[in-house]
Amino acid sequence: MKALVTGITIALAASVTAWTMASDEIEAVLRNSFVAKNQATMDRLERDAVQSACSAPRGMPLDNDMLTTLRAERLNSVVLPPDGQYLGDWQRGAEVAGNGRGLQSSDDPTQPNGGNCYACHQLAPDEVAYGTLGPSLTGYGARGQSEAMLQYTWTKLWDTHAYNLCSHMPRFGAQGILTEQQLKDVMAYLLDPASPVNQAAE
Amino acid sequence: MKRHHFGFTLFAVWLCSVPLAADDGVFDQYRDLMGDDNPAVFVIDEGEELWFAPQGPESATLEACDLGLGPGVTAGAYVRFPRYFADADVVMDLESRLVYCMTTIQGRDLDVVNAKPYSLRGDFGTEMEALVTWLAAESEGATIAPEQTHAAERAMYTLGEEIFFYRAGPHDFSCATCHEQSDMRIRLQALPDLTSHSGAAEAWGSWPAYRISQGLVRTMGWRLRDCFRQQRWPELQMGSEVSIALQTYMAVNAAGGTMTAPGLKR
Repeated sequence: MKALVTGITIALAASVTAWTMASDEIEAVLRNSFVAKNQATMDRLERDAVQSACSAPRGMPLDNDMLTTLRAERLNSVVLPPDGQYLGDWQRGAEVAGNGRGLQSSDDPTQPNGGNCYACHQLAPDEVAYGTLGPSLTGYGARGQSEAMLQYTWTKLWDTHAYNLCSHMPRFGAQGILTEQQLKDVMAYLLDPASPVNQAAE
Repeated sequence: MKRHHFGFTLFAVWLCSVPLAADDGVFDQYRDLMGDDNPAVFVIDEGEELWFAPQGPESATLEACDLGLGPGVTAGAYVRFPRYFADADVVMDLESRLVYCMTTIQGRDLDVVNAKPYSLRGDFGTEMEALVTWLAAESEGATIAPEQTHAAERAMYTLGEEIFFYRAGPHDFSCATCHEQSDMRIRLQALPDLTSHSGAAEAWGSWPAYRISQGLVRTMGWRLRDCFRQQRWPELQMGSEVSIALQTYMAVNAAGGTMTAPGLKR
């Protein structure tokens, strides 16, 4: 086991994690098993440092120092809105939250991507078709709009790994899934007191 | 035959009138009401006919095809997949084994056989879908018991586990993103925990399945391909190593469960 742990540590340091199989072996298998389709190109099969670190089968020993370093790197890379304005239009944010399209091979790349928040989170209490993979965000606006709260929420949307490395949530800002304006609109959907997220169910 | 059609139409109408429930219960009710009246029965019949139909330059049927229990033995064969075949010297899932038999026994062209394994919406269903549906039905009620005796079969499980947790693409999704926790759902769709025996048995044991929303029987190979589409990955190829590895991971986790396919799904 000691040798295995050491091996994993070295592999992580090089950002080419292999848990029980050699990384290049797995990548070769992937290249032979998939074909590019429309916007879903083959380079999407290559992992960055976060993806590699977060691909451990359950029960595999993790290098906590490496994870702490990686999380700090993510936090330092977060780009806050340059104009200091965090809140957009909650009505446009509602559209982003409900839209599950974007970046699939079957999606029209000229259309805006969705955030698909409802796939995993409960938001407006009147929407019953919500997923449960993430926590309920109903009434999120009760947390207020302090600078700290705005920065925290923005960071969570921009790159969830800055707080919780290996969270299941996509990095909506850091990966370019949503635009800066879309992120502001989702911020408003979460935090605006007038947003349905912060209204009692009818 | 007519009775099935009429019953299905009635239930489809009934389904549309049911208010949206915040769980998967409506589909469970639908399944209960359908009883044995799964529209997949037509596809099962078609698959059986195709097995016994002479095809290809050799004008041969698939009766000489060895699914692991001897040439032509179909009963109970599916629950032993994926498995190693000495003649091909690789681990195969049912779909890739059928392709092997079509090319070696019937003499058909590999590229033609591989061209369109899964139907598109609005199609009538492919030969592959029909054959897999019939062969799964030939194992209905049998215990899921994939072979894990050959080193290649065990290596395939290890590969499947690695791929299951492999995060990639713009959304950082892996199979595990949706399928490593119990009692979760995406929107209203319940998600099986494929790392657990019960979740894997429920999932592996119920595919291929008739998809009500698509009016087609879908195979596990198609299910995996569509998962990867939603993961924002490139397109998974039928019979590829990743497809076979993930099926091995699920089948082995499901071992001891019961094959109930063809299932009935949203």
